[in-house]
Amino acid sequence: MAVEVRLPAARKRGSEVLLPETNRHLVAPGDTITTDTGFMRGHGTYMEDEKLLASVAGTVERVNKLICVRALKTRYNGEVGDIVVGRITEVQQRRWKVETNSRLDSVLLLSSVNLPGGELRRRSVEDELAMRDYLQEGDLISAEVQAVFSDGALSLHTRSLKYGKLGQGVLVQVSPSLVKRRKTHFHNLPCGASIILGNNGFIWIFPTPEQREEEAGGFIMNLEPVSLPDREVISRLRNCLLALSTHKMMLYDTSILYCYEASLPHQIKDLLKSEVMEEIVMETRQRLVEQEG
Amino acid sequence: MAGLELLSDQGYRLDGRKAVELRKIQARMGVFAQADGSAYIEQGNTKALAVVYGPHEIRGSRSKALHDRAVVNCQYSMATFSTGERKRRPHGDRKSSEMTLHLKQTFEAAILTQLYPRSQIDIYVQILQADGGNYCACVNAATLAIMDAGIPMRDYVCACSTGFIEDTPLVDLCYVEEAAGGPQLALALLPKSEQIALLEMNSRLHEDHLEKVLDAASKACRDVYAVLDRVVRDHVQEVCTLLGE
Repeated sequence: MAVEVRLPAARKRGSEVLLPETNRHLVAPGDTITTDTGFMRGHGTYMEDEKLLASVAGTVERVNKLICVRALKTRYNGEVGDIVVGRITEVQQRRWKVETNSRLDSVLLLSSVNLPGGELRRRSVEDELAMRDYLQEGDLISAEVQAVFSDGALSLHTRSLKYGKLGQGVLVQVSPSLVKRRKTHFHNLPCGASIILGNNGFIWIFPTPEQREEEAGGFIMNLEPVSLPDREVISRLRNCLLALSTHKMMLYDTSILYCYEASLPHQIKDLLKSEVMEEIVMETRQRLVEQEG
Repeated sequence: MAGLELLSDQGYRLDGRKAVELRKIQARMGVFAQADGSAYIEQGNTKALAVVYGPHEIRGSRSKALHDRAVVNCQYSMATFSTGERKRRPHGDRKSSEMTLHLKQTFEAAILTQLYPRSQIDIYVQILQADGGNYCACVNAATLAIMDAGIPMRDYVCACSTGFIEDTPLVDLCYVEEAAGGPQLALALLPKSEQIALLEMNSRLHEDHLEKVLDAASKACRDVYAVLDRVVRDHVQEVCTLLGE
């Protein structure tokens, strides 16, 4: 078996032709945004001596009288209605703790999951004792944000057949700011795999299920071996996602699909090489620009 | 001072710098994909790497959690190959523990911790090559890493060491100058508001000279700030262009 060994190469500076220099207001911590007191203080800012100062490095956003600074990269800040993918870290009294790349672990209450046996089932003490049979530490779930607590922790729910435990597939973690907010975050891509783009930057790629097994409430996993072609599509998608995220491109169904198509001439393992990455991302950008046109 | 002339009659130091001249600083943000924030800095031959995780749920014992602000957890370590003589323990010895404590104090003053109650921010710094001013390189690297992680801070924290040799303050000491054993002062400054985050001095210095040395140190910190600011702005500009919404 041939092994390719490479030396680390210096990254290139943000390139060139397709990217027009945009005129945005960029600030760094400690910069004065305004000395006018008529503004409201938003995220990423603080007041000192009647001045509004930035506390993170990023772009200034103004909505009427509200001034915020959006950092380029942060932990996930949840909003009600977001779709997230998370990992169970702990089973507690009537609740699960879920790691969602947020600043505190999220909670999933036993009362906000659909248990096997339909929606109207009562939750008994036996359910409380059997919590670990439904979800145990290390399991991945998809869920929706139900509420945000005052300290920033999230409360999740899975009361829909769309959500629940995730079976076989691949998880890719990217920065939450790279996931574009869309109407739907569940996609059955035409290339033969499905994808869940969690708003928290956790992306789940899995083989498209043939039919939905509705009764189980999402707690029974399909453990049939996944066919080789499906696995190849999933690996290719994963490498495409890595390429897009290293080049800081927004992730949504179209960009992922274009990137996938651009990657087809290359072998899957070659997609991790920096020059191939650059090439396919460039092609994707080009197509997206043309399409917007 | 046995034969070693730290400051020549013409006003030049051993490595050819003037008394108030810094070493060359090169820095880069976002060197790791896995961490929330990371940065690498070179100040002359001193090289430091900083990695930031968080804010995240408290790891370890829950009792450490503070209900009104975040816990700042630091770790300072020196790579075993960083010094002339190979080190046996990269961290956990007395010197490192002291440095860890200093870093913690410095960044608790600068980070707006009250925005993240009951969470934890981890700052790990490692010296890859030690050539004087280790604390300062660590502070500067950690500042960049925190900014890369998008954690809100009052201001930059810039640090610089200053010595006092032959009635002249020398800024940004290298290893040879540090080893000569004169008084040495490390200053971490919030440059915009001119607030001092940490001030540390070893050995004695006459009161009359203190102001002179402190002035030189704060001037040097502002010089460091100018360099770091350039790095941050270039980085933000680049990423913004790539994101290009």
